[in-house]
Amino acid sequence: MLIAFASTVVFFGTLAFLITRAPGWDNFKAYFFDWELYRESLPEIASAFLLNVKIFLIAESIILVTALALAILRSLPGPVFFPIRALAIVYADLFRGLPTILVILMLGFGMPALGVEGIPLDPVFWAVVALVLVYTAYVSEVYRAGIESVHPSQDAAARSLGLTRFQSLRHVVVPQAIRRVIPPLLNDFIGLQKDTALVSTLGVVEVLRQSQIIEAARFNGTPYLVAATLFVALTIPLARFTDWLVARDRKRRLAAGVAQ
Amino acid sequence: MTETALRIEGLHKSFGKLEVLRGIDLELAEHEVVCLIGASGSGKSTLLRCVNLLEPIDAGRIVLHGEEITAPGTDVNRVRRGIGIVFQAFNLFPHMSVVENVTLGPRKALGLPKAEARARGDELLARFGLAAKRDDYPDRLSGGQQQRVAIVRALAMQPRLLLLDEVTSALDPELVAEVLEVMRELAAEGMTMLVATHEMGFARDVAHRVCFLDGGAILEEGTPAEIFAAPREPRTRQFLERIVEAGRL
Ligand SMILES: Nc1ncnc2c1ncn2[C@@H]1O[C@H](COP(=O)(O)OP(=O)(O)OP(=O)(O)O)[C@@H](O)[C@H]1O
Ligand SMILES: [Mg+2]
Repeated sequence: MLIAFASTVVFFGTLAFLITRAPGWDNFKAYFFDWELYRESLPEIASAFLLNVKIFLIAESIILVTALALAILRSLPGPVFFPIRALAIVYADLFRGLPTILVILMLGFGMPALGVEGIPLDPVFWAVVALVLVYTAYVSEVYRAGIESVHPSQDAAARSLGLTRFQSLRHVVVPQAIRRVIPPLLNDFIGLQKDTALVSTLGVVEVLRQSQIIEAARFNGTPYLVAATLFVALTIPLARFTDWLVARDRKRRLAAGVAQ
Repeated sequence: MTETALRIEGLHKSFGKLEVLRGIDLELAEHEVVCLIGASGSGKSTLLRCVNLLEPIDAGRIVLHGEEITAPGTDVNRVRRGIGIVFQAFNLFPHMSVVENVTLGPRKALGLPKAEARARGDELLARFGLAAKRDDYPDRLSGGQQQRVAIVRALAMQPRLLLLDEVTSALDPELVAEVLEVMRELAAEGMTMLVATHEMGFARDVAHRVCFLDGGAILEEGTPAEIFAAPREPRTRQFLERIVEAGRL
């Protein structure tokens, strides 16, 4: 404990010393650490950040459902379901291969430009659609790993009671699968939280765009520091929570191993 | 004891190139207890899984209470509701408490209201000395308790036929007796049972008939007295000798 503390102090002390001795340090400091501007711009940037949080929450709740549906489609056995499985695989491969920013740009600028009657014009709408499309592909892989980790004898036991394929998934397989994949799920959601900043490419005034606007007006990068603080304030608790869950799960499994 | 509960005719089953069941013919009367004995790999588990329609068969017919359940278009879920199966490895649902394990089938497959399913489950749990465990999770139970819960889970569906697949093989020796006791009780009550087992004592005392399975075929069948005292086939004799050497008879 003491050693950890001492080495931490020495490490960061040395790092701070080296950085502050860099030739451009004074310029850097003036550009990023204007505390006056920090306080001044915080309310405006924070309220723009609420849009990111909103996009994140809406996209996440949709993804949780669509990704599970996609994972279940991919787990359907037998030749009858081959076309469905194949489609699901093509979808997952395609959207995991595309850079998120490209999907956002193509949908955000492309769909409204189609000029089809009744199609939503709001870029935020299309940004959410793009994030859902991309992250559904990732998250469904996480679910799928969980479903495959549940031993087939569990499904056999459920089916032998006369439960249908769907009932077995719903009551026996999926609940066990989800328990096992909560940590990797949360990891993907940390990624999603950060990727909401990509929506700025559509000209939507969310946190990054708002920071850019203030930066351009004041020739000072402190707004970026404000935005960074906001993201970190949201993702760090989530990351700690994920680690805590992983540790708890490992402890539980070890305890179960000893008991046997 | 004349009503036929289960009739298996010319049942064949292969996994790829490996033919595991090579023409099984077997009949169980209502209230009859038939034990399947035979070496590891002789096809006992596969036969039970075929009867429960967990494995598709390649040829032959299975007739349950007069209905051909292997006919195309049969509603497998309905058939399975009437057949209980208990596995060697218990296969309890680890994320559910004991009572939830026991009531899942009645609630979801039979559509019983929760209260009614619970009443049925609690009654069975009490009968088999598991009332105190109703809210525990399976990993808190001993192997013997887990297997008794698995039997209760199957019984809660009120099946007319019970399939038991080496239900004591995964248990520590001192826990075997409590599970065998449950099986004896069920037999005494008249439950129709098809039992794959290495417990020759149980087969000798409880079974009405014993079938010796060898290489996917029933080589010899008869009353326990016939099979254990005077086996006709040399391979049956060999098998029983090995069992005696292992101290299981
Ligand atoms: N799903 C499967 N896929 C391929 N082969 C299988 C499968 N299930 C069983 N087998 C094979 O079928 C044969 C019979 O297996 P089965 O489990 O029915 O034997 P058993 O008599 O129950 O043996 P044990 O006493 O070890 O339980 C074995 O050779 C086994 O390897
Ligand atoms: Mg077996």
